[in-house]
Amino acid sequence: MQVEVRGITKCFGAVRANDDISFTVPSATIEGILGENGAGKSTLMKILSGFYRPDSGDILLDGKKVEIDDPADAIRQGIGMLHQDPLDFPPLKVIDDFLLGKRGGLLPRRRAVIREFNELAARFDFSIDPESYVDTLTVGERQQLEILRLLWLGARVLILDEPTTGISLPQKEKLFATLKKLAAEGMTVLFVSHKLEDVESLCNRATVLRQGRLVGTMEPPFDTKALVGMMFGKEVPQEPKAQPRMGGTVLHARQVDLEGIRIQIKGVDLKVRAGEVIGLAGMEGSGQTLFLSACAGLAQPVQGSFCLDEEEKDMTGRTYHEFRKRGVAYLPAARLEQALIPGLTLTEHFILAEGMKGFFIDRKKSEELARRRISLFNIKGRPDSPVESLSGGNQQRALLALMRDPLKLILVEHPTRGLDIESTIYIWGKLKERCAHGTAIVFISSDLDEILKYSDRVLVFFAGKVTPPLDARTLSVERLGRLIGGKDWDRLETEAAHA
Amino acid sequence: MRDTRANRLLFQIGAVLFALLVTVLVLFLAGAQPFAAYKYIVLGALGSWDVVTNVLVSWVPLLLATSGLLVTFTVGLWNIGIEGQITLGAVFTTWAMRLLQDSGWNPTLILVLALLAGILGGTLWALLAGVLRTFGGVNEIFGGLGLNFVATALNIWLIFGPWKRPGVASMSGTLPFDRALWMPIAAGSSRLTPATLVMAVVGIIAVYAMIEGTYFGLRLKAVGKNPKAAYILGIPTWQNMMASFAICGVFAGLAGAVQVTAVYHRLIPSISSGYGYLGLMVALLVGYRASLAAPVALFFAALNVGSIQLPIILKLDSSLAGVLQGTLVLFVMLGNGIRARLIKKGT
Repeated sequence: MQVEVRGITKCFGAVRANDDISFTVPSATIEGILGENGAGKSTLMKILSGFYRPDSGDILLDGKKVEIDDPADAIRQGIGMLHQDPLDFPPLKVIDDFLLGKRGGLLPRRRAVIREFNELAARFDFSIDPESYVDTLTVGERQQLEILRLLWLGARVLILDEPTTGISLPQKEKLFATLKKLAAEGMTVLFVSHKLEDVESLCNRATVLRQGRLVGTMEPPFDTKALVGMMFGKEVPQEPKAQPRMGGTVLHARQVDLEGIRIQIKGVDLKVRAGEVIGLAGMEGSGQTLFLSACAGLAQPVQGSFCLDEEEKDMTGRTYHEFRKRGVAYLPAARLEQALIPGLTLTEHFILAEGMKGFFIDRKKSEELARRRISLFNIKGRPDSPVESLSGGNQQRALLALMRDPLKLILVEHPTRGLDIESTIYIWGKLKERCAHGTAIVFISSDLDEILKYSDRVLVFFAGKVTPPLDARTLSVERLGRLIGGKDWDRLETEAAHA
Repeated sequence: MRDTRANRLLFQIGAVLFALLVTVLVLFLAGAQPFAAYKYIVLGALGSWDVVTNVLVSWVPLLLATSGLLVTFTVGLWNIGIEGQITLGAVFTTWAMRLLQDSGWNPTLILVLALLAGILGGTLWALLAGVLRTFGGVNEIFGGLGLNFVATALNIWLIFGPWKRPGVASMSGTLPFDRALWMPIAAGSSRLTPATLVMAVVGIIAVYAMIEGTYFGLRLKAVGKNPKAAYILGIPTWQNMMASFAICGVFAGLAGAVQVTAVYHRLIPSISSGYGYLGLMVALLVGYRASLAAPVALFFAALNVGSIQLPIILKLDSSLAGVLQGTLVLFVMLGNGIRARLIKKGT
């Protein structure tokens, strides 16, 4: 089925997630949709699959304008979406999961459906026992189950959102073979990914989004350099950076292995030194957040250890509060979900963070404290403003203002995500001020410019693999982009072997 | 729509009117005269000094339970197990009284010790729900509900087993205690005990001051509103939850002790009288604000006492009070929900 979008625009508040996007995908095509985090890929796919409605713009299937009301309506019209986290029901049997979403009929004809399931599975050489339980399947098998289910429901357009994250190599090969076979039979496949390699080996075309806009389409042979350029924008000239004044060790991660829900990291070794800034780059979900939270005791390593300070005090297995007592602070990216308490005022936050002594709240003293911090950090708000009434930039300033003195190590997720230029410069000014006093900073960002501009050293994460620390002064945007997209990793290993 | 005090009041008045309307409908369906029923409820609650004191007698345990629940709601817990905590308070109090009643000690001392025993019982039962939640991963609603059944069973077993009346066990409970061991009754009243009234009033004031004015109360609020962020800010979460379970247990245990020492003077099968569940409704109705708890609890107590006469006069069941209380809570919460949606849409 031919899929066409015309002038799709979708805003969330002030953010234009999709800005006038138009393109056509002919049937029997595997179209790669590329772009960095926040480029608008997922929003566009969710519009196509009925999760969101566009603010304006049209969707045309085989040249006919359609309205898609919800995901069930999408599949009725032939559009099936395979989500990054399989949307299945782990406590159910495979066959019952398969049956869900089928309309009509009070009593399912289980035996007939099992036969159809087995026939369909055999066509693609999948071996899934329909009587087994979904939670016993691997992520790859659950993906296969979803594909079968969508095909059985009559999907003629298949959308796959980052399908190669968390599955094994043979499963990936099988997935690609299946997709190619489907495309040959006339299926239209939209393949959303940030892995250049996957797109290059699978897709007939690649479309690149950046900041909500379509920046270009390319046909094979793909030019990696051009794709990276389209994904991340032009290379920005870098200001020469001074040699950082680096002090003693504040954190030592020794051969750390971590296990997250979908990701495993092995053997990270890192010494963070006083006064330096380390940027963790990579696509979201590549393991950076897991590593950063483990640095604060918010996640525990399965192997290896975390030590603090020059005397290498072993903190493995300790709680975040114990890390905190030793001068480690963690600033989550989800400000209103994980860092601030909606419903409480700025003053109340300062009281809580300060750990004030006594029994009854000293109103006068706490309001004074709040006023002082508000003016010191230039927060646009009053002491009695509820935190949720502040803008994102002011919430981030409040988070910085909540940090205590002195700190040895600040761990920040996306310090300036969603902020305007003024706030971004302000936030980094405040963070660098801390560095000048010997505080080390480790931060995650999906903004390459931010990584290169503010870091002294950079760690790149890709599907659970981590580079050794790279010197930010000699790292180019292009090389960083290629590493984030999973390129050049073997070269890195040979480099390391020669070094 | 904007979030203003005026439209909040408007919605609350609307909720009360709707609740009255639904109750009127129920009365019509039951074939009764609605206004006669309302009249007798008012008379039954305010008609004489004696019924007014009865309202106050009912107000004390209800306010105690509500005070405790305000603390657990503040930290974000649904302590439905409060019924069992009241029951255990009553059981422990009865146990202490039985142990000491023939000791010849000063009755006041025995009463004080009995109250402390009740507090201990309520607290232990509440901490059990807390331990189940913190270390066993059992949601406090399920844990509390289970513990309520266990508490009722224990209570019944005691009444019909070890603590049964000489001769034959009875649904009317254990043998009443000697009059000397009753909580002192106010002059000119048949049941009002000033000491318990003082406890309830001091209790709610203490809870109000704690939630609104102390660092501890602020920490509880923080954990209740966003446990993740509270933890990142350095506030211990499960420890604060346990503390509020314990505080609620103190109030629940005291309510149970009051039921034994000041109301029934013995242990009866339904010793908690549903004050725990009613307290949950009061706490929901006041939106967890301690400042409103006392008057609303008084209103609920008046409805309960006022409807006692209905079966005799109008051949209506006294559960009419429950219908009115329940619909009131439902409509207030519905109003809050609709208001929140309208406000969200308006922004």
